Amino acid sequence: MRVTQGTFSFLPDLTDEQIAAQIEYCLANGWAVSVEYTDDPHPRNTYWEMFGTPMFDIRDAAGIMTEVNACRETFPNHYIKVNAFDSTRGRESLRLSFIVGRPGAEPGFSLVRAEGRRGSGIEPGP
Amino acid sequence: MNARVDHVPSRDGENAAPTAEESYDLEAVYRDSHVGEVLESLDRELVGLAPVKSRIRDIAALLLIDKLRRGVGLSSGPPALHMSFTGNPGTGKTTVAMRMAEILHRLGYVRKGHLVAVTRDDLVGQYIGHTAPKTREVLKRAMGGVLFIDEAYYLYRPENERDYGQEAIEILLQVMENQRDDLVVILAGYRDRMETFFRSNPGMSSRIAHHIDFPDYTAEELVAIARLMLQQMQYRLSEPAHEALREYIEKRRAQPHFANARSVRNALDRARLRQASRLFERKGGSICRQELETIEEPDIRASRVFSANA
Repeated sequence: MRVTQGTFSFLPDLTDEQIAAQIEYCLANGWAVSVEYTDDPHPRNTYWEMFGTPMFDIRDAAGIMTEVNACRETFPNHYIKVNAFDSTRGRESLRLSFIVGRPGAEPGFSLVRAEGRRGSGIEPGP
Repeated sequence: MNARVDHVPSRDGENAAPTAEESYDLEAVYRDSHVGEVLESLDRELVGLAPVKSRIRDIAALLLIDKLRRGVGLSSGPPALHMSFTGNPGTGKTTVAMRMAEILHRLGYVRKGHLVAVTRDDLVGQYIGHTAPKTREVLKRAMGGVLFIDEAYYLYRPENERDYGQEAIEILLQVMENQRDDLVVILAGYRDRMETFFRSNPGMSSRIAHHIDFPDYTAEELVAIARLMLQQMQYRLSEPAHEALREYIEKRRAQPHFANARSVRNALDRARLRQASRLFERKGGSICRQELETIEEPDIRASRVFSANA
């Protein structure tokens, strides 16, 4: 099941060139870009692992693409996303977040109703 | 510059059959790139350094022609732009590197045109596994601009075979080779030590296309530099002070640890200090604008350089 979350997720996967262009846009706006990964794409999992610290002092998309590629190499079977954080006072939140890497096979996740049984009711996919 | 490159495009035109009749307005490309302004300000604001300036002009011309060649579809691999600046301290290596970043940016060879200046400490870690991330971090920061490595020979310490500097060199080489269009690396340092460094790292030497040597300044050039610095700080030299400065530079040049323009800057800073305390000790009465901006002879004559030789 193809996971759709974040910006652009209903489009075909972005090429590296398109990713770099998006990152360039983020940098031009002065947002700090960071890379995160997870093996649990469930929408309620808002805590993806950080791949390195957010990059506040990078001027060019090539620097961030290095990090994206390093993450892909380290975690070829994880979901990887790029986040852009806007530190403007009063905003201080994510402005853009999109998936840049997916595992070869996406098992997806399913909801298991468990009324009357133990557990929270939501379990990760097979 | 125009005279030198003007006839080149016509030669290109003959080679490229389908576009032989089309002519390209070199003047317009030159104007659009605004490289002329940078080169002019280089000429205006940097005293001396004739061989350096002519090399920079050559590089700028090459890049400009290369751009035109790409425009007509002639082959133009990304030119190797990594450089090494060698010369004694205070000969303007960092200043020129900053200009270089601007020139490369105007010609579109680096995307952002910023300069990241680092030394060994910024690249090499203190324990195993610390160096690679540190070097990568710096490289990431320099992407799209120019990485300036000052005193690059410290990266290689032959006396310690387990030194982590070697690791930093290897990562640098890899990026210099594979991401040539993402950043330009400039290595700088003293001439003789850089030569030793390149001899022991042939891989580094062969990846650097431009070796630029910065000559020492002559006494007249140093005086001109001093005037330029004072002008920027909005100070003036009185006529006798000017003479004293000339003598000072002659004497200082003969002494050890002379660092060219840097020594001149330090001398001027000390002269400002003396001027300030001279005015301050006078107390009482008013000070006019002219006194505030003029450095007098005694401010310079009080230097240790004169007393030591007396």
